[in-house]
Amino acid sequence: MTKYNPLWQLITTRIRQFFREPEAIFWTYGFPLLMIVGLGIAFRNKVEPPVAFVVVEGPAFAQVTDALKDNERFKVTAHSNDDAFDRLKNNKTPVVVTITDEGLYEYHFDPTNPESKAARDRIDDALQRAAGRQDVLRVEDRTVTAPGSRYIDFLVPGLIGMNLMSGGMWGIGFVLVDMRVRNLLKRLLATPMRRSHFLLSMVGGRAMFFIPEMLFLLAGAYLIFQVPVVGSLLSLMVVSFVGALSFCGLGLLTACRAKRIETISGLMNLVMLPMWLMSGIFFSSDRFPDFLQPFIQALPLTLLINALRAVMLNGESLLGQTGPLLALSAWGGISFVLALRWFRWN
Amino acid sequence: MQHAIVCKELHKRYESGAKAVDAVNGLDLEVRVAECFGLLGPNGAGKTTTVEILEGLLKPTAGEVEVLGIRWNCGRDHELRQKLGITLQETKLQEKLTVLETLRLFRSFYDSGAEPEDVIRLVSLEDKAKAWVRKLSGGQRQRLAVACALIGEPELLFLDEPTTGLDPQARRQVWDIVNNLKASGATILLTTHYMDEAEKLCDRVAIMDHGKIITLGTPRELIAQMGSEHVIEFGLLQDGEAEDEVPPETFLDVPSVRSAVRESHGYLLTVSQPHVAIPALLQRLAKEDLQLSSLTTRHINLEDVFVGLTGRRLDEE
Repeated sequence: MTKYNPLWQLITTRIRQFFREPEAIFWTYGFPLLMIVGLGIAFRNKVEPPVAFVVVEGPAFAQVTDALKDNERFKVTAHSNDDAFDRLKNNKTPVVVTITDEGLYEYHFDPTNPESKAARDRIDDALQRAAGRQDVLRVEDRTVTAPGSRYIDFLVPGLIGMNLMSGGMWGIGFVLVDMRVRNLLKRLLATPMRRSHFLLSMVGGRAMFFIPEMLFLLAGAYLIFQVPVVGSLLSLMVVSFVGALSFCGLGLLTACRAKRIETISGLMNLVMLPMWLMSGIFFSSDRFPDFLQPFIQALPLTLLINALRAVMLNGESLLGQTGPLLALSAWGGISFVLALRWFRWN
Repeated sequence: MQHAIVCKELHKRYESGAKAVDAVNGLDLEVRVAECFGLLGPNGAGKTTTVEILEGLLKPTAGEVEVLGIRWNCGRDHELRQKLGITLQETKLQEKLTVLETLRLFRSFYDSGAEPEDVIRLVSLEDKAKAWVRKLSGGQRQRLAVACALIGEPELLFLDEPTTGLDPQARRQVWDIVNNLKASGATILLTTHYMDEAEKLCDRVAIMDHGKIITLGTPRELIAQMGSEHVIEFGLLQDGEAEDEVPPETFLDVPSVRSAVRESHGYLLTVSQPHVAIPALLQRLAKEDLQLSSLTTRHINLEDVFVGLTGRRLDEE
């Protein structure tokens, strides 16, 4: 009786289909890891290089280099007037310094460029001190490097969330429409297979995949960039599990009626694009204006990534995430029920 | 239960905008238990639509359907599907599963059934048991499709065009499987557009055209209907409008000719005594100053029955 359990057979079929599809393996494992490595390298914390800036040639150059002669944090070069401002316009120097005949120091820079602004402040600070400005307060810097405060630490939970979303949406949605298009669903329907079993197996298959995916990405991030998991690994797994299932439901709903591959591709992008942009994968969702925030915070991916970060970076407990987890479950549960009702089998 | 399938006044209409197509146009059917029943007809006759309605995959626009005493969509669908085995036109199976894995999957849907290994043996796919479906030839895939239909040990088997697109050897293999099934007492409904298949396999045949059954009976009965056992097919040398000017009825008074129809490539006469009819025909053609381009004579078959009734061949579009 249990030798041939239909739900189990359907789930193992799903698993076999996945692992026998090389592209699926790349997009699920290879791609996110490549993103982590790529972005991690691009945004790595660099030892601060010296600030390089330009002074227009003439007596000003001698004055400035003289003032900064013992300061290794600056690299000054001289150029003709035209050349200097050309460089400024083309972002080759953050600041151009000129001194008027009356002895007024002029800083030419772009205040909207954070690098330029910072350079201007540093140059001014150094020049003022060289000219004799005194600090009034006694000051000592005590630096703290918290684990999980680098960009890469911020990024990894974002990418994990993104991966859980793509896995659920593409892994289920696309596969379903493909099966529908190729009349595979029709053949299965001609058997006594229960429809709910079929849909559950898609979700169940996904539930089994996500664990190795998660562990793979976490291990990769830890080994390459020492990204820590401050909270409990188990809590992280539970949060991911809820997230994965939630996107399964969403994937089922998105694909429940699409008849063609083009339709499902369009729908998938429509659903995922806002989340790609606004849910805080690559940068904080706070950057978006206030009137969008209620919408953004309700999105499933935002909920998931916030919870992942809370556990991974801040070490928060599972209990603290009950709110987001319930919301995610609601997204998933309601989507699944609607999908079951609206599902087009032919 | 006398009948495995009972079907009354079946209609299926497809509407697209202002146009409506009646794929099935008033069809009555009764299939007896343990018989092999054939639905024969050209492409577009409505065979597949009819069968999909009987299989519960399509809802009819009108009409009654009872399969193994149960009607579809009355709460007993799951129970009914346990007793059916179905192959669809154009086998569609997961490409990257093995034969064995596919059969295990299908087996799991039935409360009771055969062991996959046994069914594999039935369809002679033993040495392909661990091969991916993708790697199977057309004939092998078709045998696997039949295996999937058999795995639940069904009471009623639907085979939709089981040998279309197969080479002669593969066709023969499928025929062998069907004959073995017949011997074991299963009820089979087979659709085909090959008259030799219908003649060889089916106890009774219904010939379909344009959504209706135009005649029904055992192959022998249908042939006997035509009143003769032989056929003369001939073509006339084209002379512009020469053929159009000669209606087939002109040959009805040739001795021993029972019926005459125009075919796309000439004429078809059913005759009871070819040794009488042929000389008489040649004489007539000479008299009318018509020249033969071809002439053949043979035993009548189901295709001729179809041509006799409709004026078209089974394999014409």
